[in-house]
Amino acid sequence: MSNLWGESLSGFWSAWIIIITLGTIAFSGWILFANRRTDKTPDADGNVETTGHAADGIEEYDNALPKWWFQLFVATIIFSLGYLVLYPGLGNFAGILGWSQEGQWEEEVAQAEERFTPIFAQYQEVPIPELARDEAAMQVAERIYQNNCAVCHGSNAQGGYGFPNLTDDDWLYGGEPENILTSLHNGRNGLMPSWQQLGENNIGNLTQYVLSLSGLEHDAESAEQGEATYASVCAACHGPSGTGNQALGAPNLTNDIWLYLAPGQEVAESVRQTLRNGRNGHMPAQASYIGEERVHLVAAYVYSFRLQD
Amino acid sequence: MKHEIVEKNVGLLAVLILVAISFGGLAEVVPLFFQKQTTEPVEGLEPLSALELAGRDIYRREGCVSCHSQMIRPFRAETERYGHYSVAGESVYDHNFLWGSKRTGPDLARVGGRYSDDWHRAHMYNPRDVVPESIMPAYPWLFENTLDGEDMAAKMNTLRILGVPYTDEQIESAERDVQGTQEITALIAFLQQLGTVLEGTR
Repeated sequence: MSNLWGESLSGFWSAWIIIITLGTIAFSGWILFANRRTDKTPDADGNVETTGHAADGIEEYDNALPKWWFQLFVATIIFSLGYLVLYPGLGNFAGILGWSQEGQWEEEVAQAEERFTPIFAQYQEVPIPELARDEAAMQVAERIYQNNCAVCHGSNAQGGYGFPNLTDDDWLYGGEPENILTSLHNGRNGLMPSWQQLGENNIGNLTQYVLSLSGLEHDAESAEQGEATYASVCAACHGPSGTGNQALGAPNLTNDIWLYLAPGQEVAESVRQTLRNGRNGHMPAQASYIGEERVHLVAAYVYSFRLQD
Repeated sequence: MKHEIVEKNVGLLAVLILVAISFGGLAEVVPLFFQKQTTEPVEGLEPLSALELAGRDIYRREGCVSCHSQMIRPFRAETERYGHYSVAGESVYDHNFLWGSKRTGPDLARVGGRYSDDWHRAHMYNPRDVVPESIMPAYPWLFENTLDGEDMAAKMNTLRILGVPYTDEQIESAERDVQGTQEITALIAFLQQLGTVLEGTR
Protein backbone atom coordinates (compact mmCIF):
# COMPACT_ATOMS: atom_id res chain seq x y z
CA MET A 1 0.00 0.00 0.00
CA SER A 2 1.13 3.51 -0.69
CA ASN A 3 3.09 5.00 2.13
CA LEU A 4 2.52 8.37 3.64
CA TRP A 5 5.33 10.51 2.34
CA GLY A 6 6.26 8.34 -0.55
CA GLU A 7 9.37 8.77 -2.63
CA SER A 8 12.17 10.87 -1.30
CA LEU A 9 12.39 14.55 -2.07
CA SER A 10 14.48 15.76 -4.93
CA GLY A 11 17.97 16.90 -4.03
CA PHE A 12 17.01 20.52 -4.40
CA TRP A 13 14.08 20.41 -1.97
CA SER A 14 16.01 18.27 0.44
CA ALA A 15 18.79 20.86 0.49
CA TRP A 16 16.22 23.66 0.70
CA ILE A 17 14.72 22.17 3.87
CA ILE A 18 18.09 21.43 5.43
CA ILE A 19 19.43 24.92 4.77
CA ILE A 20 16.33 26.70 6.07
CA THR A 21 16.06 24.49 9.14
CA LEU A 22 19.69 24.65 10.18
CA GLY A 23 19.97 28.28 9.09
CA THR A 24 17.05 29.28 11.30
CA ILE A 25 18.52 27.48 14.27
CA ALA A 26 21.92 29.02 13.69
CA PHE A 27 20.41 32.47 13.24
CA SER A 28 18.41 32.20 16.46
CA GLY A 29 21.54 31.11 18.26
CA TRP A 30 23.52 33.96 16.78
CA ILE A 31 20.89 36.52 17.86
CA LEU A 32 20.89 35.06 21.34
CA PHE A 33 24.65 35.27 21.77
CA ALA A 34 25.28 38.45 19.79
CA ASN A 35 22.92 40.39 22.01
CA ARG A 36 24.17 38.91 25.21
CA ARG A 37 25.18 41.45 27.78
CA THR A 38 26.07 41.57 31.41
CA ASP A 39 24.37 43.63 34.07
CA LYS A 40 25.61 47.21 34.24
CA THR A 41 27.73 47.83 37.29
CA PRO A 42 26.91 50.89 39.40
CA ASP A 43 29.33 53.79 39.10
CA ALA A 44 31.08 55.39 42.05
CA ASP A 45 27.90 57.19 43.14
CA GLY A 46 25.87 54.02 43.06
CA ASN A 47 23.95 55.09 39.93
CA VAL A 48 23.30 52.49 37.26
CA GLU A 49 23.16 53.35 33.61
CA THR A 50 19.63 52.81 32.26
CA THR A 51 18.20 52.46 28.76
CA GLY A 52 17.07 56.05 28.93
CA HIS A 53 13.39 55.16 28.82
CA ALA A 54 11.44 56.80 31.60
CA ALA A 55 7.79 56.79 32.44
CA ASP A 56 6.51 58.81 35.38
CA GLY A 57 10.06 58.95 36.64
CA ILE A 58 10.51 55.21 36.58
CA GLU A 59 13.53 54.29 34.53
CA GLU A 60 14.26 51.03 32.74
CA TYR A 61 17.40 49.11 33.62
CA ASP A 62 19.41 47.65 30.77
CA ASN A 63 20.09 44.27 32.38
CA ALA A 64 21.03 40.92 30.94
CA LEU A 65 18.46 38.25 30.23
CA PRO A 66 17.70 36.18 33.31
CA LYS A 67 20.09 33.30 33.48
CA TRP A 68 17.34 30.61 33.58
CA TRP A 69 15.73 32.09 30.48
CA PHE A 70 18.99 32.23 28.60
CA GLN A 71 19.87 28.68 29.52
CA LEU A 72 16.43 27.44 28.57
CA PHE A 73 16.90 28.96 25.14
CA VAL A 74 20.25 27.24 24.76
CA ALA A 75 18.63 24.00 25.88
CA THR A 76 15.96 24.24 23.18
CA ILE A 77 18.65 24.69 20.55
CA ILE A 78 20.53 21.66 21.81
CA PHE A 79 17.27 19.68 21.95
CA SER A 80 16.32 20.58 18.39
CA LEU A 81 19.72 19.52 17.06
CA GLY A 82 19.46 16.24 18.97
CA TYR A 83 15.97 15.70 17.58
CA LEU A 84 17.10 16.33 14.03
CA VAL A 85 19.86 13.76 14.43
CA LEU A 86 17.51 11.07 15.80
CA TYR A 87 14.29 11.68 13.84
CA PRO A 88 13.41 12.64 10.27
CA GLY A 89 13.39 16.40 9.78
CA LEU A 90 16.32 17.34 7.63
CA GLY A 91 15.15 16.72 4.08
CA ASN A 92 15.89 13.16 3.05
CA PHE A 93 17.91 12.34 6.15
CA ALA A 94 15.76 9.75 7.93
CA GLY A 95 17.33 10.16 11.35
CA ILE A 96 19.52 7.54 12.96
CA LEU A 97 16.58 5.88 14.75
CA GLY A 98 14.95 5.15 11.40
CA TRP A 99 11.53 6.15 12.81
CA SER A 100 8.62 6.76 10.45
CA GLN A 101 4.87 7.13 10.82
CA GLU A 102 4.14 4.08 8.69
CA GLY A 103 6.83 2.15 10.49
CA GLN A 104 5.22 2.91 13.83
CA TRP A 105 1.82 1.91 12.46
CA GLU A 106 3.16 -1.33 11.02
CA GLU A 107 4.77 -2.13 14.34
CA GLU A 108 1.53 -1.51 16.22
CA VAL A 109 -0.40 -3.67 13.79
CA ALA A 110 2.18 -6.47 13.93
CA GLN A 111 2.08 -6.48 17.72
CA ALA A 112 -1.70 -6.66 17.74
CA GLU A 113 -1.75 -9.43 15.15
CA GLU A 114 0.69 -11.46 17.15
CA ARG A 115 -1.60 -11.16 20.14
CA PHE A 116 -5.00 -11.59 18.49
CA THR A 117 -4.40 -13.86 15.50
CA PRO A 118 -4.14 -17.08 17.56
CA ILE A 119 -7.38 -16.21 19.38
CA PHE A 120 -9.33 -15.60 16.19
CA ALA A 121 -7.74 -18.61 14.48
CA GLN A 122 -8.88 -20.79 17.34
CA TYR A 123 -12.47 -19.52 17.05
CA GLN A 124 -12.37 -19.92 13.30
CA GLU A 125 -11.99 -23.67 13.78
CA VAL A 126 -15.13 -24.00 15.88
CA PRO A 127 -18.44 -24.62 14.06
CA ILE A 128 -20.89 -21.76 14.50
CA PRO A 129 -23.56 -23.55 16.60
CA GLU A 130 -20.87 -24.64 19.02
CA LEU A 131 -19.12 -21.26 19.04
CA ALA A 132 -22.45 -19.60 19.88
CA ARG A 133 -22.35 -21.44 23.22
CA ASP A 134 -18.82 -20.26 24.06
CA GLU A 135 -19.29 -17.41 26.50
CA ALA A 136 -15.83 -15.90 26.09
CA ALA A 137 -16.15 -15.96 22.32
CA MET A 138 -19.56 -14.35 22.49
CA GLN A 139 -18.15 -11.52 24.62
CA VAL A 140 -15.63 -10.79 21.89
CA ALA A 141 -18.32 -11.17 19.24
CA GLU A 142 -20.66 -8.78 21.00
CA ARG A 143 -18.02 -6.04 20.88
CA ILE A 144 -17.55 -6.60 17.16
CA TYR A 145 -21.33 -6.57 16.69
CA GLN A 146 -21.75 -3.35 18.66
CA ASN A 147 -18.99 -1.63 16.71
CA ASN A 148 -20.08 -2.68 13.25
CA CYS A 149 -23.66 -3.93 13.16
CA ALA A 150 -25.53 -2.10 15.91
CA VAL A 151 -25.88 1.15 13.94
CA CYS A 152 -28.48 -0.55 11.73
CA HIS A 153 -29.68 -3.62 13.62
CA GLY A 154 -29.70 -1.89 17.00
CA SER A 155 -27.66 -2.52 20.12
CA ASN A 156 -30.24 -5.13 21.18
CA ALA A 157 -30.26 -6.63 17.65
CA GLN A 158 -33.99 -6.06 17.37
CA GLY A 159 -33.63 -3.97 14.24
CA GLY A 160 -35.82 -1.05 13.31
CA TYR A 161 -37.71 0.40 10.40
CA GLY A 162 -36.12 -1.22 7.35
CA PHE A 163 -33.50 -3.08 9.37
CA PRO A 164 -34.32 -6.71 10.20
CA ASN A 165 -34.74 -7.96 13.72
CA LEU A 166 -32.07 -10.61 14.30
CA THR A 167 -33.53 -12.04 17.49
CA ASP A 168 -36.80 -13.45 16.15
CA ASP A 169 -37.36 -16.60 14.10
CA ASP A 170 -38.25 -14.74 10.91
CA TRP A 171 -35.36 -14.87 8.45
CA LEU A 172 -35.36 -13.11 5.12
CA TYR A 173 -32.41 -15.09 3.80
CA GLY A 174 -32.42 -18.02 6.18
CA GLY A 175 -31.07 -18.38 9.70
CA GLU A 176 -28.79 -21.37 9.27
CA PRO A 177 -25.08 -20.76 9.91
CA GLU A 178 -24.21 -20.79 6.22
CA ASN A 179 -27.04 -18.32 5.43
CA ILE A 180 -25.89 -15.92 8.12
CA LEU A 181 -22.29 -16.23 6.94
CA THR A 182 -23.31 -15.46 3.37
CA SER A 183 -25.31 -12.42 4.46
CA LEU A 184 -22.40 -11.07 6.45
CA HIS A 185 -19.77 -11.97 3.93
CA ASN A 186 -21.36 -10.72 0.71
CA GLY A 187 -24.09 -8.46 1.97
CA ARG A 188 -27.65 -8.61 0.66
CA ASN A 189 -29.69 -6.62 -1.81
CA GLY A 190 -33.43 -6.83 -1.34
CA LEU A 191 -35.44 -6.04 -4.44
CA MET A 192 -39.15 -5.56 -4.21
CA PRO A 193 -40.22 -3.84 -7.43
CA SER A 194 -42.79 -1.08 -7.52
CA TRP A 195 -46.27 -2.27 -8.65
CA GLN A 196 -47.61 1.18 -9.35
CA GLN A 197 -48.60 0.00 -12.84
CA LEU A 198 -51.24 -2.29 -11.33
CA GLY A 199 -53.26 0.77 -10.39
CA GLU A 200 -54.54 1.97 -7.02
CA ASN A 201 -57.55 -0.32 -7.13
CA ASN A 202 -55.49 -3.49 -7.49
CA ILE A 203 -53.00 -2.26 -4.92
CA GLY A 204 -55.85 -1.73 -2.47
CA ASN A 205 -57.18 -5.23 -3.07
CA LEU A 206 -53.72 -6.76 -2.79
CA THR A 207 -53.19 -4.94 0.47
CA GLN A 208 -56.36 -6.43 1.91
CA TYR A 209 -55.28 -9.89 0.74
CA VAL A 210 -51.84 -9.49 2.34
CA LEU A 211 -53.51 -8.44 5.60
CA SER A 212 -55.65 -11.57 5.41
CA LEU A 213 -52.55 -13.76 5.01
CA SER A 214 -51.38 -12.69 8.44
CA GLY A 215 -54.87 -13.05 9.87
CA LEU A 216 -55.25 -9.31 10.37
CA GLU A 217 -58.50 -7.42 10.11
CA HIS A 218 -59.32 -6.95 6.44
CA ASP A 219 -62.05 -6.35 3.89
CA ALA A 220 -63.03 -9.85 2.77
CA GLU A 221 -64.43 -8.78 -0.58
CA SER A 222 -61.33 -6.79 -1.62
CA ALA A 223 -59.10 -9.55 -0.35
CA GLU A 224 -60.85 -12.05 -2.54
CA GLN A 225 -60.32 -9.84 -5.56
CA GLY A 226 -56.70 -9.34 -4.53
CA GLU A 227 -56.07 -13.06 -4.34
CA ALA A 228 -56.14 -13.50 -8.11
CA THR A 229 -53.68 -10.64 -8.62
CA TYR A 230 -51.49 -12.11 -5.89
CA ALA A 231 -51.37 -15.47 -7.62
CA SER A 232 -50.29 -13.95 -10.92
CA VAL A 233 -47.98 -11.20 -9.67
CA CYS A 234 -46.68 -11.86 -6.16
CA ALA A 235 -46.67 -15.62 -5.77
CA ALA A 236 -43.56 -15.99 -7.92
CA CYS A 237 -41.40 -14.60 -5.10
CA HIS A 238 -43.58 -14.71 -1.98
CA GLY A 239 -44.87 -18.21 -2.72
CA PRO A 240 -48.41 -19.35 -3.48
CA SER A 241 -49.33 -19.38 0.21
CA GLY A 242 -47.36 -16.22 1.05
CA THR A 243 -44.70 -17.91 3.14
CA GLY A 244 -41.89 -16.20 1.23
CA ASN A 245 -38.71 -17.52 -0.35
CA GLN A 246 -35.44 -17.32 1.51
CA ALA A 247 -33.39 -17.95 -1.62
CA LEU A 248 -34.65 -14.61 -2.94
CA GLY A 249 -35.01 -12.85 0.37
CA ALA A 250 -38.74 -12.53 -0.24
CA PRO A 251 -40.35 -12.06 3.16
CA ASN A 252 -42.91 -14.36 4.69
CA LEU A 253 -46.23 -12.49 4.59
CA THR A 254 -48.11 -14.80 6.91
CA ASN A 255 -46.41 -14.15 10.26
CA ASP A 256 -47.47 -10.54 10.95
CA ILE A 257 -43.86 -9.33 10.97
CA TRP A 258 -43.41 -6.15 8.95
CA LEU A 259 -39.94 -4.88 8.17
CA TYR A 260 -41.17 -1.50 6.92
CA LEU A 261 -43.70 -0.69 9.59
CA ALA A 262 -42.91 2.78 10.90
CA PRO A 263 -43.78 3.46 14.54
CA GLY A 264 -47.47 4.31 14.79
CA GLN A 265 -48.14 3.34 11.19
CA GLU A 266 -50.98 1.05 10.20
CA VAL A 267 -49.94 -2.20 8.55
CA ALA A 268 -52.28 -1.50 5.62
CA GLU A 269 -50.55 1.83 4.96
CA SER A 270 -47.10 0.26 5.08
CA VAL A 271 -48.11 -2.55 2.70
CA ARG A 272 -49.65 -0.04 0.31
CA GLN A 273 -46.44 1.99 0.32
CA THR A 274 -44.41 -1.12 -0.38
CA LEU A 275 -46.62 -2.07 -3.30
CA ARG A 276 -46.63 1.43 -4.74
CA ASN A 277 -42.94 2.26 -4.44
CA GLY A 278 -41.15 -1.03 -3.98
CA ARG A 279 -38.37 -1.57 -1.45
CA ASN A 280 -34.63 -1.88 -1.82
CA GLY A 281 -33.09 -3.09 1.38
CA HIS A 282 -29.30 -3.14 1.23
CA MET A 283 -26.94 -4.81 3.62
CA PRO A 284 -23.31 -3.90 2.85
CA ALA A 285 -20.82 -6.76 2.60
CA GLN A 286 -18.84 -6.91 5.80
CA ALA A 287 -15.91 -9.20 5.02
CA SER A 288 -13.87 -6.41 3.47
CA TYR A 289 -14.36 -4.25 6.57
CA ILE A 290 -13.95 -6.68 9.43
CA GLY A 291 -12.25 -9.70 7.85
CA GLU A 292 -13.12 -13.41 7.72
CA GLU A 293 -12.39 -14.24 11.33
CA ARG A 294 -14.62 -11.54 12.72
CA VAL A 295 -17.39 -12.41 10.27
CA HIS A 296 -17.30 -15.94 11.67
CA LEU A 297 -17.57 -14.66 15.23
CA VAL A 298 -20.40 -12.25 14.46
CA ALA A 299 -22.28 -15.01 12.62
CA ALA A 300 -22.06 -17.10 15.77
CA TYR A 301 -23.27 -14.12 17.80
CA VAL A 302 -26.29 -13.70 15.55
CA TYR A 303 -26.88 -17.45 15.76
CA SER A 304 -26.68 -17.32 19.56
CA PHE A 305 -29.90 -15.32 19.95
CA ARG A 306 -31.97 -18.46 19.42
CA LEU A 307 -30.25 -20.07 22.38
CA GLN A 308 -31.41 -17.42 24.83
CA ASP A 309 -34.89 -17.50 26.22
CA MET B 1 19.80 47.72 13.57
CA LYS B 2 18.72 49.53 16.66
CA HIS B 3 15.90 47.73 18.35
CA GLU B 4 14.21 51.04 18.93
CA ILE B 5 13.60 51.50 15.20
CA VAL B 6 11.61 48.26 15.04
CA GLU B 7 9.72 49.03 18.22
CA LYS B 8 8.67 52.44 17.02
CA ASN B 9 7.56 51.43 13.50
CA VAL B 10 4.55 49.15 13.63
CA GLY B 11 4.58 48.55 9.87
CA LEU B 12 8.21 47.49 9.90
CA LEU B 13 7.52 45.31 12.94
CA ALA B 14 4.67 43.58 11.11
CA VAL B 15 6.84 42.95 8.06
CA LEU B 16 9.66 41.53 10.14
CA ILE B 17 7.23 39.29 12.06
CA LEU B 18 5.94 37.97 8.75
CA VAL B 19 9.48 37.30 7.59
CA ALA B 20 10.28 35.52 10.83
CA ILE B 21 7.27 33.19 10.76
CA SER B 22 7.48 32.52 7.03
CA PHE B 23 10.59 30.37 7.51
CA GLY B 24 8.48 27.60 9.00
CA GLY B 25 6.17 27.62 5.98
CA LEU B 26 9.07 27.78 3.54
CA ALA B 27 10.56 24.61 4.96
CA GLU B 28 7.37 22.70 5.79
CA VAL B 29 4.76 23.76 3.26
CA VAL B 30 6.42 24.96 0.07
CA PRO B 31 8.24 21.68 -0.80
CA LEU B 32 4.86 19.84 -0.68
CA PHE B 33 3.67 21.77 -3.72
CA PHE B 34 6.45 20.13 -5.72
CA GLN B 35 6.10 16.57 -4.45
CA LYS B 36 4.35 13.86 -6.44
CA GLN B 37 2.93 12.41 -3.26
CA THR B 38 0.76 15.46 -2.70
CA THR B 39 0.14 16.62 -6.25
CA GLU B 40 -0.68 13.36 -8.05
CA PRO B 41 -3.98 11.54 -7.51
CA VAL B 42 -3.96 7.98 -6.24
CA GLU B 43 -4.78 5.43 -8.91
CA GLY B 44 -8.44 5.41 -9.86
CA LEU B 45 -9.33 8.76 -8.30
CA GLU B 46 -12.11 10.48 -10.23
CA PRO B 47 -13.41 14.00 -9.78
CA LEU B 48 -16.74 14.19 -7.94
CA SER B 49 -19.76 13.84 -10.21
CA ALA B 50 -22.15 16.79 -10.41
CA LEU B 51 -24.49 15.16 -7.87
CA GLU B 52 -21.64 14.30 -5.50
CA LEU B 53 -20.28 17.81 -5.84
CA ALA B 54 -23.68 19.24 -4.96
CA GLY B 55 -23.66 16.89 -1.98
CA ARG B 56 -20.23 18.12 -0.96
CA ASP B 57 -21.54 21.68 -0.89
CA ILE B 58 -24.45 20.62 1.32
CA TYR B 59 -21.90 18.91 3.56
CA ARG B 60 -20.07 22.24 3.75
CA ARG B 61 -23.21 24.33 4.15
CA GLU B 62 -24.51 22.24 7.04
CA GLY B 63 -21.13 22.40 8.77
CA CYS B 64 -20.62 18.65 8.94
CA VAL B 65 -16.88 19.32 9.04
CA SER B 66 -17.26 20.94 12.46
CA CYS B 67 -18.01 17.57 14.04
CA HIS B 68 -16.69 15.01 11.54
CA SER B 69 -13.11 14.73 10.37
CA GLN B 70 -12.11 13.08 7.10
CA MET B 71 -8.60 12.11 8.05
CA ILE B 72 -7.64 8.68 9.29
CA ARG B 73 -4.29 8.88 10.99
CA PRO B 74 -1.75 6.05 10.82
CA PHE B 75 -2.53 4.60 14.24
CA ARG B 76 -3.78 1.07 14.65
CA ALA B 77 -6.71 2.19 16.76
CA GLU B 78 -7.91 4.33 13.86
CA THR B 79 -7.20 1.93 11.01
CA GLU B 80 -9.01 -0.83 12.93
CA ARG B 81 -12.10 1.28 13.17
CA TYR B 82 -12.11 3.25 9.94
CA GLY B 83 -9.88 1.41 7.48
CA HIS B 84 -6.66 2.30 5.72
CA TYR B 85 -5.12 5.59 6.83
CA SER B 86 -5.75 8.57 4.58
CA VAL B 87 -3.11 9.46 2.01
CA ALA B 88 -2.52 12.81 0.37
CA GLY B 89 -3.18 11.52 -3.13
CA GLU B 90 -6.83 10.91 -2.25
CA SER B 91 -7.37 14.61 -1.71
CA VAL B 92 -5.74 16.18 -4.76
CA TYR B 93 -9.12 17.05 -6.30
CA ASP B 94 -10.50 18.51 -3.07
CA HIS B 95 -10.78 22.30 -3.07
CA ASN B 96 -11.04 23.05 -0.26
CA PHE B 97 -10.19 20.14 1.99
CA LEU B 98 -12.77 18.82 4.39
CA TRP B 99 -10.22 17.02 6.55
CA GLY B 100 -11.51 18.75 9.65
CA SER B 101 -9.89 18.60 13.05
CA LYS B 102 -12.80 17.85 15.34
CA ARG B 103 -14.37 14.50 16.07
CA THR B 104 -17.56 14.94 17.99
CA GLY B 105 -18.90 12.33 15.59
CA PRO B 106 -16.83 9.61 13.92
CA ASP B 107 -14.37 10.13 11.11
CA LEU B 108 -16.00 9.91 7.69
CA ALA B 109 -12.96 9.51 5.44
CA ARG B 110 -14.02 5.95 4.51
CA VAL B 111 -17.72 5.97 5.28
CA GLY B 112 -18.54 5.25 1.62
CA GLY B 113 -20.37 1.93 1.22
CA ARG B 114 -20.28 1.27 4.91
CA TYR B 115 -24.02 1.80 5.41
CA SER B 116 -26.96 1.58 3.04
CA ASP B 117 -28.55 4.65 1.44
CA ASP B 118 -31.69 3.89 3.42
CA TRP B 119 -29.71 3.96 6.61
CA HIS B 120 -28.26 7.37 5.75
CA ARG B 121 -31.72 8.70 4.97
CA ALA B 122 -33.15 7.44 8.25
CA HIS B 123 -30.11 8.67 10.12
CA MET B 124 -30.13 12.15 8.61
CA TYR B 125 -33.88 12.54 9.12
CA ASN B 126 -33.53 11.78 12.79
CA PRO B 127 -30.29 10.20 14.05
CA ARG B 128 -32.03 8.89 17.19
CA ASP B 129 -34.19 6.61 15.07
CA VAL B 130 -31.23 4.41 14.27
CA VAL B 131 -28.68 5.32 16.94
CA PRO B 132 -30.62 6.04 20.15
CA GLU B 133 -27.64 7.54 21.98
CA SER B 134 -26.63 9.86 19.13
CA ILE B 135 -26.26 13.58 19.77
CA MET B 136 -26.13 14.51 16.09
CA PRO B 137 -28.67 17.11 14.99
CA ALA B 138 -31.48 16.09 12.63
CA TYR B 139 -31.52 17.50 9.10
CA PRO B 140 -35.16 17.14 8.00
CA TRP B 141 -35.00 20.07 5.58
CA LEU B 142 -32.66 18.12 3.31
CA PHE B 143 -35.73 16.02 2.44
CA GLU B 144 -37.77 19.07 1.47
CA ASN B 145 -35.22 21.12 -0.45
CA THR B 146 -34.46 20.24 -4.02
CA LEU B 147 -31.49 21.34 -6.10
CA ASP B 148 -31.88 23.73 -9.01
CA GLY B 149 -28.37 23.04 -10.30
CA GLU B 150 -28.03 26.61 -11.50
CA ASP B 151 -24.48 27.22 -10.34
CA MET B 152 -23.16 23.69 -10.88
CA ALA B 153 -21.46 24.47 -14.20
CA ALA B 154 -19.79 27.56 -12.76
CA LYS B 155 -18.56 25.60 -9.77
CA MET B 156 -17.15 22.86 -11.94
CA ASN B 157 -15.49 25.40 -14.18
CA THR B 158 -13.82 26.97 -11.18
CA LEU B 159 -12.64 23.58 -10.00
CA ARG B 160 -11.27 22.89 -13.46
CA ILE B 161 -9.21 26.07 -13.26
CA LEU B 162 -7.88 24.71 -9.96
CA GLY B 163 -6.79 21.51 -11.69
CA VAL B 164 -9.73 19.12 -11.38
CA PRO B 165 -10.03 17.35 -14.75
CA TYR B 166 -13.69 17.85 -15.51
CA THR B 167 -14.66 17.25 -19.14
CA ASP B 168 -16.71 19.69 -21.20
CA GLU B 169 -19.57 17.17 -21.31
CA GLN B 170 -19.62 16.88 -17.53
CA ILE B 171 -19.80 20.64 -17.12
CA GLU B 172 -22.35 20.98 -19.88
CA SER B 173 -24.73 18.43 -18.36
CA ALA B 174 -24.10 19.37 -14.72
CA GLU B 175 -27.23 21.44 -14.29
CA ARG B 176 -29.49 18.75 -15.78
CA ASP B 177 -27.73 16.06 -13.74
CA VAL B 178 -28.77 17.48 -10.41
CA GLN B 179 -31.87 19.53 -11.20
CA GLY B 180 -34.87 18.56 -9.10
CA THR B 181 -32.94 16.10 -6.93
CA GLN B 182 -33.57 16.11 -3.21
CA GLU B 183 -30.68 17.56 -1.24
CA ILE B 184 -30.49 14.42 0.88
CA THR B 185 -29.88 12.32 -2.25
CA ALA B 186 -26.94 14.53 -3.24
CA LEU B 187 -25.47 14.43 0.26
CA ILE B 188 -25.72 10.64 0.40
CA ALA B 189 -24.14 10.35 -3.05
CA PHE B 190 -21.22 12.39 -1.70
CA LEU B 191 -20.94 10.30 1.46
CA GLN B 192 -21.15 6.97 -0.38
CA GLN B 193 -18.03 7.69 -2.45
CA LEU B 194 -15.86 8.87 0.44
CA GLY B 195 -12.66 6.88 0.71
CA THR B 196 -13.72 4.17 -1.72
CA VAL B 197 -10.74 4.63 -4.03
CA LEU B 198 -8.30 2.89 -1.73
CA GLU B 199 -9.40 -0.72 -1.67
CA GLY B 200 -8.19 -3.30 0.74
CA THR B 201 -8.85 -1.63 4.05
CA ARG B 202 -7.26 -4.67 5.63
